Amino acid sequence: MSEEFKVEIVNPEKSFFSSENVTEVIVPAFEGEMGILKDHISIISFLKPGIIKIFSKNVEEKFYVDDGIVEFKDNNLSVLTSSIFNLKDFDKSVIDKNLSDAEKSLENPDLDDQKKFLIEQKIESLRSISTS
Amino acid sequence: MPSLDDLKKRITSVKSTQKITKAMKMVATAKLRKAQENAEKGRPYSERMNNIILNLSGGVSDKENSSKLLVGTGKDDTHLCVVLTADRGLCGGFNTNIIKKAKSHFEDLKKKGKNLKIITVGMKGYDQLKRNYSNLIIEKITFKESKNINYFDADKVGKIVLEKFEKEEFDVCHIFYNQFKNVMTQIPQKQQIIPLQKEENADTQEKDNLNYEFEPDEDEILNNLLPKNISTQIFKAMLENSASEQGSRMTAMDNATRNAGELVDKLSIEYNRSRQAAITKELIEIISGAESL
Repeated sequence: MSEEFKVEIVNPEKSFFSSENVTEVIVPAFEGEMGILKDHISIISFLKPGIIKIFSKNVEEKFYVDDGIVEFKDNNLSVLTSSIFNLKDFDKSVIDKNLSDAEKSLENPDLDDQKKFLIEQKIESLRSISTS
Repeated sequence: MPSLDDLKKRITSVKSTQKITKAMKMVATAKLRKAQENAEKGRPYSERMNNIILNLSGGVSDKENSSKLLVGTGKDDTHLCVVLTADRGLCGGFNTNIIKKAKSHFEDLKKKGKNLKIITVGMKGYDQLKRNYSNLIIEKITFKESKNINYFDADKVGKIVLEKFEKEEFDVCHIFYNQFKNVMTQIPQKQQIIPLQKEENADTQEKDNLNYEFEPDEDEILNNLLPKNISTQIFKAMLENSASEQGSRMTAMDNATRNAGELVDKLSIEYNRSRQAAITKELIEIISGAESL
């Protein structure tokens, strides 16, 4: 039995990434990082800003997402997100711009806790990308 | 009877019009292909989003506390209509069809004594609606500057709608757009986005729902998802609209080119006839002049 399943990442404009044979996907779910293997129970969850890691036999792909929803069902993983970047072509200047934007929006006093948490997460993961 | 010169001028002018319409048709054809591709690429996202929401909303345990976006405000007094049209004209019945559909809806609401608010997206819609409904238009948006339809623009519209909803400025929201069926046919659509309308096949969806695990819980995911769905639906409408616009323009320009061709044919015949008539007349004059000698 193969240990592979299907994954598809869709953004509003197009199908961003799709692969038939991945072995493991790690997504930054709202309540913590979540690793998904084949035959995981059907699940719906939403994402916080962070990095999606997709492992297949030989390659490893990494994507940065701002938000999104994951749905896993019958060994099909779909990720719906409105903002996604492949880490390979994520430009340093774009990261810095995103980072400073996020820092600025954090200064807004009427943020509720959830939004604040999300922005803090964003800053953290962006920082870790830009230093690595 | 127009003179030969007049006819000649008319023929040239019709010919140059034909050139323009032909060029516009070509441009529309090229753009159509792209727009159609985009619309098709965009479909999976909105479909999946819809599916997930259906799955979720079937499983909402506490109907009273769930998001107002799903169940509505409980009132039905003020309606918001978002009318999506093109920024440019010369595309056949495209804009007019949406406006017609929207207007009939407006009149319906008026008869029922509801309040009405309008947001227009796209220049042409505003131009056509401001005549009769200028006091009801609360916002006009146009994306003339952005070349391609992108999610960012749709999100802007979505945010405006949400903001107004949170301030309780309206209870029900409809969007009007043209659905792209094929190049010849575009169907004007009315879609209710707030409160969300469930589709008929909800029964089958609910069964699936039992197998899902949710993290965090259904309600929280749903609350997070519903605002996004508004933008997604608007984005979908914009994509369909842009494909429809190009399709409609292509057909309209094709017709115009053909009509211009017919007109040129007719005018050339008339031109040739009167030229021949003039020659014959001159010949007769010469001959009768020679005879009289």
